[in-house]
Amino acid sequence: MLTEFGKVLVFIILAAAFVVIALFVARLIRPARPTKEKFTIYECGENPEGTPWVKFNIRFYVVALIFLIFDVEIVLLFPWALTYQDYGIYGFLVGIIFLLILGLGMAYEWRKGDLEWEKPSPKPPNLAKILEKSKRNIPVEVPD
Amino acid sequence: MNIWEIIIITVIKIGAILTIMLLTVSYLVYFERRISAWIQSRLGPNRVGWEGILQPFADVFKLLLKEDISPVAANKFIHGLAPFIAVFVAFSTYAVIPIGPDVTIFGYSIQLVVADVNIGVLYVLALTSLGVYGLTFAGWSSGSKYSLLGGIRSSAQMISYEVSMGFSVGGVLLMAGSLSPIAIVEAQYGWMWNAIVQPIGFITFTVAAFAETNRLPFDLPEAEPELVGGYHTEYSSMKFAGFFLAEYANMIIAAGMIVTLYLGGWQVPYIDKLGLGEIVTALMQVGSFFVKMGAILFFFIWVRWSIPRFRYDQLMNLGWKVMFPLSLINIVWVAALIMIFNL
Repeated sequence: MLTEFGKVLVFIILAAAFVVIALFVARLIRPARPTKEKFTIYECGENPEGTPWVKFNIRFYVVALIFLIFDVEIVLLFPWALTYQDYGIYGFLVGIIFLLILGLGMAYEWRKGDLEWEKPSPKPPNLAKILEKSKRNIPVEVPD
Repeated sequence: MNIWEIIIITVIKIGAILTIMLLTVSYLVYFERRISAWIQSRLGPNRVGWEGILQPFADVFKLLLKEDISPVAANKFIHGLAPFIAVFVAFSTYAVIPIGPDVTIFGYSIQLVVADVNIGVLYVLALTSLGVYGLTFAGWSSGSKYSLLGGIRSSAQMISYEVSMGFSVGGVLLMAGSLSPIAIVEAQYGWMWNAIVQPIGFITFTVAAFAETNRLPFDLPEAEPELVGGYHTEYSSMKFAGFFLAEYANMIIAAGMIVTLYLGGWQVPYIDKLGLGEIVTALMQVGSFFVKMGAILFFFIWVRWSIPRFRYDQLMNLGWKVMFPLSLINIVWVAALIMIFNL
């Protein structure tokens, strides 16, 4: 007997086969005329500068941590939601208490500033100071 | 029914679903271009075939004939794996979305869904979460700064909105008491559509769906003015086509899920009271599913060409400080409704 998950498996196998066949056909008919220029990394026409794996904002990591906590709570919430109608007022109270604790955690994170996405405040270079530092007499009009 | 009949029926259903899906994806691209042109007072593609109706096929052949390039700094294996994951995830989700009620054809009772999995909603949520890997791998493995930033942005955005999406689904589960998409559709009999019973959940789910599919106003991962192409900057040929296909396939899944969970799926309110024949009823119900889905897809396109992009901090604030509390309120609202009216 083919179970429902068996059908899903058949579907997944056929979908994967479709992708593999499409990629294979493309490999057969497409041209391959590689040159050195084609394989360089795209950086708006300039030669690539430094490593491509640049440093990024630590905020992304904090977001991932918060996500992990709340996603686990979704997993805990689903069984309650499915059996809710069997338990009447008892189920309601249990759910409210759970959501209250969840909301408290949320409020704590909000209060501690973990949900803020801090905007960088860059200081635009002051042209007048730079010119003063360089101590060169460049005949330009300095805006104030 | 013996096992061979079941296997043959399943394979026919899978073939039909895959064909419908591929056609809708390619024509969704065509309609997006035509509608955007219409919104912006342009003409759009109208040269290939009647009114440009063959444009999708021309595009596919063009992409098939393009040279495939993976740049020097790229990790070759993961670079090739990423579009595969994206397409695979987008395709396999279709297995559980029901497009119509049970019908009887040639004496066989057939469900208009590939697999009636009793945890269908979990299956969809799990697979769409896997989709994040495709984008992150693509961004990391390309060896380009634009790709890396695009990949990181998209993973952070998708996981942020996945939380409010999960909690909104919780409200639907409260109403239906089941994870099976068919049971959820049947629980919305008449006008008991979840969009009407729990409008807050409908809004949070729709917004989360926009963010999950990386559509404007949430298309930060590939914001052209800042990041060129985002995670698929370094992709070309069929690998690029894979991401493109996956993006539009995800849009169709999102629309299908919105219809199934909130707009009554294939239900037409009180159609069984009209006393039409079984075949006519079934046809109208399947038709209503596609009409609802088409309306949602048009809404997706309409929003894309009407609303400007968010800034990243606005996106994160909206996700965590507005959508997430709203989806919690929605759960309490639904639970209270069930308690008061004994739905």
